[in-house]
Amino acid sequence: MNKKQKNNLIRIIISALCLTVIAISSVEGVLRAALYLVPYFIVGYDILLKAVKGIKNRRPMDENFLMATATLGAFALAIWEEAEGGRGDFLEAVAVMLFYQIGEWFQSYAVGKSRKNISELMDIRPDYANIEVNGETQKVDPDDVEIGSTIVVLPGEKIPIDGVIVRGNSTLNTAALTGESLPQDVSAGGEVLSGAINLTSPIYVQTTKEFDESTASKILDIVENASSAKSRSENFIARFARVYTPVVVFSAVALFLLPPLFSMGVLNAPPEWSVWLYRALTFLVISCPCALVISIPLSFFAGLGGASKAGILIKGSNYLETLSNVKTVVMDKTGTLTKGAFDVDAVHPNKLLCEFLHKAGGKHIHEDNDALEHMKRDLLHLAAHVEKFSSHPIANSLREAYPDISDGCEVENIEEITGKGISAVVNGKKIYVGNEKLMADIGAKWQYCEREGAVIHIAVDNEYAGHIIIADVIKPTSKEAIAELSSIGINAVMLTGDMEKVAKKVAAELNIKEYKSELLPADKVSALEKILLKYKEEKYLNIENLIDRVKGRKSDAIHKVAFVGDGINDAPVLARADVGVAMGAMGSDAAIEAADVVLMDDNPLKIPLAINIAKKCMKIVKQNIYFAIGIKFLCLTLGAIGLANMWLAIFADVGVMIIAILNAMRALYAPRMA
Amino acid sequence: MKKTYKIEVDCANCANEMEEAAKKTEGVKSASVNFMTLKMKVEFEDGADEKEVMARVLKNCKKVEDDCEIFFD
Repeated sequence: MNKKQKNNLIRIIISALCLTVIAISSVEGVLRAALYLVPYFIVGYDILLKAVKGIKNRRPMDENFLMATATLGAFALAIWEEAEGGRGDFLEAVAVMLFYQIGEWFQSYAVGKSRKNISELMDIRPDYANIEVNGETQKVDPDDVEIGSTIVVLPGEKIPIDGVIVRGNSTLNTAALTGESLPQDVSAGGEVLSGAINLTSPIYVQTTKEFDESTASKILDIVENASSAKSRSENFIARFARVYTPVVVFSAVALFLLPPLFSMGVLNAPPEWSVWLYRALTFLVISCPCALVISIPLSFFAGLGGASKAGILIKGSNYLETLSNVKTVVMDKTGTLTKGAFDVDAVHPNKLLCEFLHKAGGKHIHEDNDALEHMKRDLLHLAAHVEKFSSHPIANSLREAYPDISDGCEVENIEEITGKGISAVVNGKKIYVGNEKLMADIGAKWQYCEREGAVIHIAVDNEYAGHIIIADVIKPTSKEAIAELSSIGINAVMLTGDMEKVAKKVAAELNIKEYKSELLPADKVSALEKILLKYKEEKYLNIENLIDRVKGRKSDAIHKVAFVGDGINDAPVLARADVGVAMGAMGSDAAIEAADVVLMDDNPLKIPLAINIAKKCMKIVKQNIYFAIGIKFLCLTLGAIGLANMWLAIFADVGVMIIAILNAMRALYAPRMA
Repeated sequence: MKKTYKIEVDCANCANEMEEAAKKTEGVKSASVNFMTLKMKVEFEDGADEKEVMARVLKNCKKVEDDCEIFFD
């Protein structure tokens, strides 16, 4: 609570107490009216002052002026009633001002609170960096740290600048960056990104970027500028607010003048000025659009905050809106649905030989799964050892698949056979690892394999031992992600530069019905354009489109197309799509620049999650719009026919605002996925 | 030239009105006020003097909402 809020709260409380005392006391007459003015001025003096300023600035539609008019009018009515010999209702005038201020106070408090909560959520800004000077660590401004300096990050501290670990092992919490709560182990030589929190032990990091160029700064930049790009809903509400107040004020004037004149002139009945004045004043109480205006940006802000908590950076509320209307997701294959790196996909040992090898080694092998696993392991073991010192990408994947490479086995006489493979002596046996040509050369009877990918054959002492398939593997969550998308009615399309048979296999495995293969980067843009064209005419009637139509503007297609890529080579496609999503973008500047939505890690499940967050947020926005406008119009109608008094009007106004704000805060929490 | 300024304002509608007022100010090409982050983004017209324009923007904003502040040096 800031000072202003505290002061206002005290004013509200004092005024409320005064009001209660006066209401239950038995003071009568002029003194009663005068006493009521005390709590009125305590709680409303600033509104009255602002109202005067509003008139000075020639702004009659100023909400303060309207509220002042409504309450002073109610006061005047009460005095007039007293003069007529009745009993005027002063309490109402003061209460309306009091509740109006309570509403304003709550709004200011809730917005301040949520502003703080959400910024804290996204607070990955490191305040300082530790530099070691003459053996002592000093805290310095991260802005002053030059590239190549070594900084110390102690346990519990945020890594301030991107870099490479030169000394120390630790575990990092990257939740603020990726939304992934699983801690990540790092050691010397490993790359670390700013914004991650060091958990266990000190690490020494050599910086590779300046502070401004580091991941944390980039992310903050996106997040802080996010809600400046406004959505159609926000613009709609701003336009609505601009016409709403004048319309209500003119209706109030009409309500005050027309019915009495009508009854006097036409019906020859008494004009009942005071009744119609009261109804007109009730209108003024409902004329402020603030409840409506506040809840919409708040919903978007919460939605953007909730998304970034889940590791999804959305660059503006307009993209959040577009994302909620996505009906087709076009995805790149390599790096998005597949890992984009070659991995051992399958190991097919030549069973008989393996058995023979094992028996020779004195082990007894049964015909069960364990045994097969054992053989696979043996085959990988041989291949990895032969490739122990090779730098070929395939060798890397083989070694990765068999991590216990330093098990003391002897590897000698390594010989590269260009274009064919490699041979070596492992534990006294001559092993060949290579393609079909190599197998043919040494007379080993190799087997054809139907699986897609690069086939690596292995022979032991000129006898065929089996083969290993190396392929770009599908990410473990890809299938689930596609299923999730189709469960929310979204059509997935895969684009790839890869061969038709590979594309077909991946598409079949992931249940993707539509795919295009063998595309050059430029072909991907035209493929996407074709898809965009196909859905361009699909329109849907909603308020925004209706306004567009009335104004003779072309309305937007409602079937939005998203493109998801890894940000490498596909910047033009990202830019061309209705909403471009870059994934696994941590550390890739180009992707962060080009995309509208940035997924911090490379988990495809984040795609449906992002869409679900957007849908939930837009649902809340719509609920708030319809609810707030609906209640306002209901109150106006009831007020016009005399069924609603000022009490109801002010309660409805404040109540709607509180409910709308609380509803908006729901957008902060990511929806649960089925 | 584009610049972002910190602002202070209490109600969301006032923020919208400030945006309108800033947009109509001479020397301002476009302006956008973000009520949630309390920031005003101003794109100046070519050759406009930033401080002069911002002083005008503040004056116009004060007219629509007396209780507002824009921080520029």
